[in-house]
Amino acid sequence: MATYSTNQFKNGLKIILDNDPCSITENIVVKPGKGQAFNRVKMKNLKTGRVLERTFKSTESVEAADVDEMNVEYLYTDGEYWHFMDPTSFEQYAADEIAVGDTAKWIKGQEVCVMVLWNGAPISITPPNFVELAVAQTDPGLKGDTAQGATKPATLETGSEVKVPLFVDEGDILKIDTRTGEYVSRA
Amino acid sequence: MNDIRWRSSASNEMFLERALLLKNIRAFFDARGVVEVETPVLSHHATTDPHLDSLSSRFRDETCYLNTSPEYAMKRLLAGWQQAIYQICKAFRDDELGPNHNPEFSMLEWYRPGYSMEQLMVELAELVEAICQGSKFALLKFSASKKPMFERLSYQQAFENFAGFNPHQASSAQCYQIAIEKNVEIPQGLTVDDALDDWLDWLLTQLVLPSFEKDEFTFMYDYPASQCALAKVSENKQQVLVAKRFELFFGDIELANGFHELTDADEQLQRFQLENTMRKQAGKKYSAIDEHLIAALNSGLPECSGVAVGLDRLLMVLTANTCIDKVLSFPWNKA
Repeated sequence: MATYSTNQFKNGLKIILDNDPCSITENIVVKPGKGQAFNRVKMKNLKTGRVLERTFKSTESVEAADVDEMNVEYLYTDGEYWHFMDPTSFEQYAADEIAVGDTAKWIKGQEVCVMVLWNGAPISITPPNFVELAVAQTDPGLKGDTAQGATKPATLETGSEVKVPLFVDEGDILKIDTRTGEYVSRA
Repeated sequence: MNDIRWRSSASNEMFLERALLLKNIRAFFDARGVVEVETPVLSHHATTDPHLDSLSSRFRDETCYLNTSPEYAMKRLLAGWQQAIYQICKAFRDDELGPNHNPEFSMLEWYRPGYSMEQLMVELAELVEAICQGSKFALLKFSASKKPMFERLSYQQAFENFAGFNPHQASSAQCYQIAIEKNVEIPQGLTVDDALDDWLDWLLTQLVLPSFEKDEFTFMYDYPASQCALAKVSENKQQVLVAKRFELFFGDIELANGFHELTDADEQLQRFQLENTMRKQAGKKYSAIDEHLIAALNSGLPECSGVAVGLDRLLMVLTANTCIDKVLSFPWNKA
């Protein structure tokens, strides 16, 4: 089992904390004058995306996480798994619902996503920041309603719902910011 | 094209403030007959302090070390000369990086033959007052009309007031209980099997230091004998053995550490050996003991007190900055 000592901590280092893989985002030495040093560490849980803070006694060792990150292309879903392919090796990976999470709302096929692998298995999929998706259903905008910033709901081809301006029609291709889940423009 | 990372992120006023700080320190000691000295930054010896690690370099085939403080060399000067001396130099410490730490930092250290710990605390307060008043760009709160205030607390008083227990009679298990009761986070790796001092250090950062007056200076003195480092140990009024050691804080930030210096060569050698045992237990490398210092103590170090002040932190306090990077020309990420 590989381990890291606190003096090897740096941003981006992957460690196991509470049985989950985490990536260190900040490492600060806390030291009362001449005495024992402690490391106050901020890290992101790579499974849940949650940020957590933990203090370690200096020289304490923690288990290293075998984590890889790669770009993969989304192929299809069979309802249970979402299938992705490494475009350089053509190797395919099946990610479950937990790993895919909200990303499923934004991908329809061929998008290049960032996949995090832990011990060789996908644990998280991040979609491109912007995706282009067609409107599957939306009510027609009322003629003459020109109120600034007025919106209506629209369902996209992937099943997700976004708020769109009144002029958007069914069949329009929209650019969506996946980080906020908001409409950007017509593509 | 627009890469401006080569530039210092500190302001020009900061450079002037630092220049003024150095000038005021030199004027202060010059007026008092304390002589400026220089000692090597590069040494054949690494520190034995179990809580410090020296940075290493190389000369020909020999690994050599950057000093973590000029203490040993200055004591060797004192033993041969008996003269009040001061030094402004760079010190280096491995693995220290954060809002209050840079691996390379500026240190003022001085020694006063014949001074007690209390006398040196008075002189340090006078120096800080002179620096505050002589500073041009510092906060208005240290103007000539409002002098800085200095609180004085023994280590025991500080713990009794702000953590609710007597540190000289505590155990690691009790500290653990207090941490639970007071809802203090317990660091991963800190257990009841760890030394009491590790627990006291942690509770100091979590309960005691945050309770110090925010915008004032606090002296804490008479440390537990187990935290003596290079200080003399003697009985206090309650017949408890304490280290004649003090630290100066501004709010919760440590600015200085001073000792009534240990002069006994045999005891110094034993402490170095104990420190190396502690280093081994912590999985750190053994550091060869500086035999020149032991020999100097054997030949006779005058009774004296000495103190080291972190000048970058003092500059942080003067300019109301909470990050050391703001007062350095080029902090570690730009050095």
